[in-house]
Amino acid sequence: MSRAQIFTKGFIKENAVFSLLLGLCPMLGVTTTAINGVGMGLATTFVLLMSNIVVAMIKDFIPDKVRIPSFIVIIASFVTIVELTMQAYMPSLFDALGLFIPLIVVNCLILGRAEAFASKNSFIDSALDGLGMGLGFTFALAILGAIREVLGSGQFFGLQIYNGDGMLVFVLAPGAFIALGYLIAIINRLKAKTESK
Amino acid sequence: MEYILIIISAVFVNNIILAKFLGICPFLGVSNKVSTSIGMTGAVTFVMVIATIVTFLIQKHVLDIYEIQYMRTITFILVIASLVQLVEIMLKKVSPPLYQALGIFLPLITTNCAVLGVAILAADDVNFGMLESVVFAIANAIGFGVALITFAGLREHLDLVDVPKGMKGVPIAFVVAGLLALAFMGFAGIA
Repeated sequence: MSRAQIFTKGFIKENAVFSLLLGLCPMLGVTTTAINGVGMGLATTFVLLMSNIVVAMIKDFIPDKVRIPSFIVIIASFVTIVELTMQAYMPSLFDALGLFIPLIVVNCLILGRAEAFASKNSFIDSALDGLGMGLGFTFALAILGAIREVLGSGQFFGLQIYNGDGMLVFVLAPGAFIALGYLIAIINRLKAKTESK
Repeated sequence: MEYILIIISAVFVNNIILAKFLGICPFLGVSNKVSTSIGMTGAVTFVMVIATIVTFLIQKHVLDIYEIQYMRTITFILVIASLVQLVEIMLKKVSPPLYQALGIFLPLITTNCAVLGVAILAADDVNFGMLESVVFAIANAIGFGVALITFAGLREHLDLVDVPKGMKGVPIAFVVAGLLALAFMGFAGIA
């Protein structure tokens, strides 16, 4: 697989959310607005990129039996860095994301990439993989956030695009499930179309 | 009365899966059959309650005293990871069929955000003492079970229904979960 493919596969083909169904909790939990989705996505991307790099660099020194706990500690350290940085410089985003920031550590996507990719590949490839997968995740969060924001409160990245009441249900919990269900259906359809060509 | 309120609030009003979006991975992953979802609920309950007790003690007696709260995420996840390992070893010995059935999802409890989420929520709440935290953990585990098993029951029926081609599988499952969440919103008035 070429480097370009490693980088771009995370966007659609192996998109964390739409294809692999990983990282669904933050996907549903923080996407009440597009901007929250992007913030969460970028925080996750940073952790994913750094943990992939570190795991790829020290993979030869970690005994096979304790690799999962070691990966988790590496990931948790970077999550703590993100948590403290965000609390200091972006307090409003920190409040909006709340519990889901420490929960980046249990995002299956990050541990999954460390185990499935970074522990077997060189660190440049792993960095590309982490960046690509992370941006793909950000992209997914931004789309769902934008859909829920437009339908739920009539705004797009905070800009009012139509007046009147939105459908409140899309800001609340049920709307998240329903919107994601239809979004995955549409993406499956698009993928089936491009593959049959 | 206070405890009853905690239980009703965690099981129905702020259901951990349907309102707080924690533990979605097992919610989709093991909800194909009612029997596996019951096993999963058991494993999660066990880990969640013990993890909450241990992390609560660590928070109050180590992190708060030495003022190293920023170490919380790392400490908590390590405690949970070791607990899961323990449960796995025990289950392998005590109940091999259940171990077979849960398979890959047991190690995945480590990365089940519900467990870490409940531990953090309980440690964060200043009003919670030891007993309240335990009740809170049990209530959330029940809430997890109620949502998971109900959803598994619905999905078993879903297999027999003629669903439009593009919606088959995961998409329709999400829409059903959305309707279930909508139903649970009806409880919002009671607490």
